[in-house]
Amino acid sequence: MKRELQRVLGAALVVAAFLTVMALPTCAAAPAQKNLILATTTSTQDSGLLDVLIPAFEKKTGYFVKTIAVGSGQAMAMGRKGEADVLLVHSPDAEKKFVAEGSGVNRLIVMHNDFIVVGPAADPAAIKGAKSTVEAFKKIAAAGSLFLSRGDNSGTHSKEKGIWKAAGINPEGQKWYQETGLGMGQTLNVAAEKKGYTLADRGTWLSLQQKLGLPILKEGDPILLNVYHVIPVNPVKWPKVNADGAKAFSDFMVSAETQRIIKTFGVEKYGGALFFPDAGKKEDDLGK
Amino acid sequence: MDLILEGILKAFYLIFTLDKEVLGITLLSLKVSGTATLISLFIGISVGTAVALARFPGRQLVVSLINTGMGLPPVVVGLFVTIFLWRNGPLGFLEILYTPTAIILAQAVIATPIVTGITLASIQHLPANLRLQILALGATRVQMVWLLVKEARLPLLAAVMAGFGGIISEVGASIMVGGNIRGYSRVLTTATVMETGRGNFDVAIALSVILMLLAFLVNAILTQIQQRERPR
Repeated sequence: MKRELQRVLGAALVVAAFLTVMALPTCAAAPAQKNLILATTTSTQDSGLLDVLIPAFEKKTGYFVKTIAVGSGQAMAMGRKGEADVLLVHSPDAEKKFVAEGSGVNRLIVMHNDFIVVGPAADPAAIKGAKSTVEAFKKIAAAGSLFLSRGDNSGTHSKEKGIWKAAGINPEGQKWYQETGLGMGQTLNVAAEKKGYTLADRGTWLSLQQKLGLPILKEGDPILLNVYHVIPVNPVKWPKVNADGAKAFSDFMVSAETQRIIKTFGVEKYGGALFFPDAGKKEDDLGK
Repeated sequence: MDLILEGILKAFYLIFTLDKEVLGITLLSLKVSGTATLISLFIGISVGTAVALARFPGRQLVVSLINTGMGLPPVVVGLFVTIFLWRNGPLGFLEILYTPTAIILAQAVIATPIVTGITLASIQHLPANLRLQILALGATRVQMVWLLVKEARLPLLAAVMAGFGGIISEVGASIMVGGNIRGYSRVLTTATVMETGRGNFDVAIALSVILMLLAFLVNAILTQIQQRERPR
């Protein structure tokens, strides 16, 4: 009995020692300036682009990137608190405000793709023939067809709110309007399951489309342009921000080599590019 | 249905081909939740035993708080741990946000009340006279406490299982404080959430199967130890 217990305790101690030893390397924090916190949107992660770019950046510069994939809104909230070093986001109006208030510096254009309106193939609100996206949204509201909103202050959500505003409709609280509060990939899954309409970025949709069965019903409208910018967080405002790392990352994102990777990313797998490189261009010239 | 079958097949494929990424994620889950469980055992058994044996004003309240803590929502823990660990937060100087260490911390916070509560209940459940008897036989206080803990070892193993089971399957806090960083702080649950979002349902199912196998394995070992010592 006693020996039994000793054996159990002995085994527990060995396990404890083993786990402690294994945990040690993770406890030792790397030098502060080596870590770089990148707050970005779910679309860059869910599309798989960052899985290609981040290792390349780390290999090239030696920084260790902690990618926190949240919505653009939350990413900027983190930047506003100095809890991120650099942002890769797609919510231009909110970004301009972010820079104007001094939270971010040196905002650079990286790439674009476009938003698309997707929905059930049966298209109950008959938006397929709509002249514009605003028109299509009006039709969805008039028909009372189910619309799934991200509802998470992400870049896609702000774009969607902008379109509703342009249509002069306040969808909030309507029975046909549901907010998922989830990322793009998950919201697309919900829309597919409930046979609803939703606004999506093309990159995430392309990477999921085979499993979804949600065809594109509206695309190619200038209002649907989806532009990504990289913004280092202002180190003057937040001294703990890794300013060198943020600069290195934004330089990397607009470098010729990275832009070439962006251009070809996904072509092989999805038969079309997911993002279009834009470094050095002006935002207003896009989509023309 | 096909999808589930595909997922299970994928799980075994990933396990038997020793997929490097999945193996890393699995080991990290085990390491993080195992370490957090050990920390919670250390604190939980000490505090639980102390509260079980001591008599002091406000004890009822403390016991109620511990019992409430057993149901502490992981996301709430995650939120508060994040705020504390922010670089501009009170514990920011530690620089451990978005590291596996942060996940260990959050999970230890979740598991400690569970272990404490079960310890408290099992020590209190011992016959009251046992304590007097041990002391009457000339044991010191430390010896007495040690004997009581030993006597309660079977329910204490249940505490280990409840604590470990609670945190290895937890996702809310892990994703908030760990950040789900590839090859660094990605554990089985956070990877499952991400793969689901990416529409890679087969991989998500495979990860779930691995998670359940892992939980089963750990619990089977603990149960083996527990049942070997069935009281006469």
